[in-house]
Amino acid sequence: MRFFERRPSSAKSAKDRLQLVLIHDRTDLTPAVLDALKDDLLTAISRHVEIDPSSVRIEVAHEGRSQRLVADIPLRSVTRRRTG
Amino acid sequence: MGAQVITITSGKGGVGKTTAVANLAVALAADGQKVVCVDGDIGLRNLDVVMGLENRIVYDVVDVIEGRCRLRQAMIRDKRLPELYLIPAAQTRDKSAVSPSDMVRLCDELRGEVDWVIIDSPAGIERGFKNAIAPADRVIVLTNPEVSAVRDADRVIGILEAEEKGSPGLIINRLNPAMVRRHDMLSAEDVLDLLAVRLLGVVPEDENVIVATNRGVPVALDGKSRAGQAFRNIARRLKGEDVPFLDLDDQGTLWQKLSRLTGRKSS
Repeated sequence: MRFFERRPSSAKSAKDRLQLVLIHDRTDLTPAVLDALKDDLLTAISRHVEIDPSSVRIEVAHEGRSQRLVADIPLRSVTRRRTG
Repeated sequence: MGAQVITITSGKGGVGKTTAVANLAVALAADGQKVVCVDGDIGLRNLDVVMGLENRIVYDVVDVIEGRCRLRQAMIRDKRLPELYLIPAAQTRDKSAVSPSDMVRLCDELRGEVDWVIIDSPAGIERGFKNAIAPADRVIVLTNPEVSAVRDADRVIGILEAEEKGSPGLIINRLNPAMVRRHDMLSAEDVLDLLAVRLLGVVPEDENVIVATNRGVPVALDGKSRAGQAFRNIARRLKGEDVPFLDLDDQGTLWQKLSRLTGRKSS
């Protein structure tokens, strides 16, 4: 069935790759730095509340020419932990 | 008071800066404006050949800056348009022969003489680029719908913002509408979405540009060329006119034209 698999268009690849590379160019945030930051953040937050590290999402969002670090950190429910 | 100073830059080389400078200058001059263009690429002079004025050079921009001639003597009058002038770059010197404050002084003198000063910036983000943007009232960033050109344009836009030159206008050059339709080239919308600056115009890829450059006659003088039309429209937008963007899609295949006529959506 390989024949029917559609590769994304080359224009789409170009745009997706540029989107990532421009974020790094504009902020100096490489994927490695972002990973290190995520680890530090998780350690700090875990000292105070319980979180599920696997569901944490940290990414750079952009609006026009400005970027913003967006962290989505779901908290573990305390009641569920007590009953379970 | 006086002229508007506009610098065209791109970061990456070979995207069509010199061609754009020559064409915008020609289009403005053909519209009755008094225009001088300055080749800022010291050591790699090219605006003269693109405009077909290479045989008329006596003095260059470094001669003016170093006081070997008066400003007027270095202003070469165009063959066709009496209100169009070129100040060529020096060919045997390098960028260090000129400083940003030299360029500001030169342009301040030109402001009283003409309506528009258009500066052709060299590629890169070093001294020559800094010289070219120093006197600019407005900067235009030129790019191609292609990854390396867009990335470099983004860097240049960032530097212009950091240097408080304001947000530049964008020209997307050499867009191939057929490739965009096949999703094999970034569209103008894609590039705008990535760079998030104001669009001044889109210039389609056009063989006439090479033919015109071969002859030293900027394509904006060719009434039939699509690229020439695009440059003339951009020149009018620079003057503050509200000119609708060209419909680059109307050069589709016969089938696509028929589909459009029958109201069927192709792609």
